[in-house]
Amino acid sequence: MAAPAALAGGFARPAEDAARAFRACLEAMARPGRIEQIRGAEPPAPLSVAAGSVLLTLVDDTTPLFLAPSHDRPEIREWIAFHCAAPLVPAEDAAVALGSWEALHPAGRFRTGTPDYPDRSATLIVEMPALTPPNARLTGPGIETAHEARLPEIAAFQENRVGFPLGFDCYFTSGSGLAALPRSTHVEAL
Amino acid sequence: MTDAAYNFAYLDEATKRMIRRALLKGLAIPGYQVPFASREMPMPYGWGTGGVQVTAACLTPGDTLKVIDQGADDTTNAVSIRKFFERTAGVATTERTAGASVIQTRHRIPEKPLTEGQILVYQVPIPEPLRFLEPRESETRRMHALEEYGLMHVKLYEDVARHGAIATSYAYPVRVEGRYVMDPSPIPKFDNPKLSGMAAIQLFGAGREQRVYALPPYSRVVSLDFEDHPFEPTKADHDCDLCGASASYLDEVITDDAGGRMFVCSDTDYCAGRRAAGQRGRLAPEGEA
Repeated sequence: MAAPAALAGGFARPAEDAARAFRACLEAMARPGRIEQIRGAEPPAPLSVAAGSVLLTLVDDTTPLFLAPSHDRPEIREWIAFHCAAPLVPAEDAAVALGSWEALHPAGRFRTGTPDYPDRSATLIVEMPALTPPNARLTGPGIETAHEARLPEIAAFQENRVGFPLGFDCYFTSGSGLAALPRSTHVEAL
Repeated sequence: MTDAAYNFAYLDEATKRMIRRALLKGLAIPGYQVPFASREMPMPYGWGTGGVQVTAACLTPGDTLKVIDQGADDTTNAVSIRKFFERTAGVATTERTAGASVIQTRHRIPEKPLTEGQILVYQVPIPEPLRFLEPRESETRRMHALEEYGLMHVKLYEDVARHGAIATSYAYPVRVEGRYVMDPSPIPKFDNPKLSGMAAIQLFGAGREQRVYALPPYSRVVSLDFEDHPFEPTKADHDCDLCGASASYLDEVITDDAGGRMFVCSDTDYCAGRRAAGQRGRLAPEGEA
């Protein structure tokens, strides 16, 4: 039986809170590197408010989830089991993956879609210590000239861009801050 | 007033999550058609079921919704969709382009440039630009995968050979960020240049065909053409007879049985705004400010 703590921390008003959280996800994915605020979930540590809110917004029993070792803890498993009911799977099978960048490594194992269906690819939720200061210059769709953003590394995302339209897409979360990096973005080190 | 029997914005949460995931993948792969499990909506296919599902997945309680049908806020399709979301989501609605945070559109892009806080949702009948050239979904999917778009250029070339110019006047195919060829929905080709570099998020929903796709802000969108037959956005060669606008897209209205006609802005909010500001066209009623 799940501990009572796992039952708390969901959206107080599921439809409205999820709608607001999704708008933050949508704006973030549409404007790579720009930091949005996303709230509503109160997940157990070390899961951030932002990562918890993204999970509640996008993940359910139809989205296989990979928990990287940094976040593969009983209290997080129980919280996700109760609120999202997502099946936990190995990294290679995941539609959504959650963890610190180090724990998610190597990124090459995640699904990148197929040429006919590039959408059948993983979305990584990368927990970060902070979303600033910027260390990368982003250009591409969603960016008028250039955005600056904090990325956990540069090379992996440059490699991910080379395979476009195949690739994985990332959310970066810290506290209630949310930023995104779709596969379409060109990344340069600052 | 919200109908309490319905979930916020009509759709159940599992359906919204499914649509939301598809929309995010659409933004990540601009111009690519993402399959989604389209639901039956309380309106017939062809009345914007795709757009309505996308709008339902995006709306928040604080949004202000505008719905247009061929540029007009006051046509049946626009009025009924606006009422649908007033009832099921309780959101505010407006006819003013500048005052809306979400705009659902059938076949037009508003004349007034959209801004960063706005989302434009298109209703799409046939999302596959290659469909009338190749009926098999398995083949068109492969053609997109291989960037095999020669057939589309042959089609445009046949236009040139037959008519002396590219005769396609609406749903004019575009190339997104140098990769996917996309159907911009049946907007007049006059509107095509507005697709590119737009500050707002553009989302496309095709309900019957079960596809969503997207253009992130500031995407490069190029209308297909030839060096010697460049793309030309066209409109009726008149000024608006009500507001006098010379650069807006016009509808032709037959006014009698004797061949009388007038040209008016298809974007009703744009036209009304100009008239409120004192602009007058050839047939503007006397005494109107």
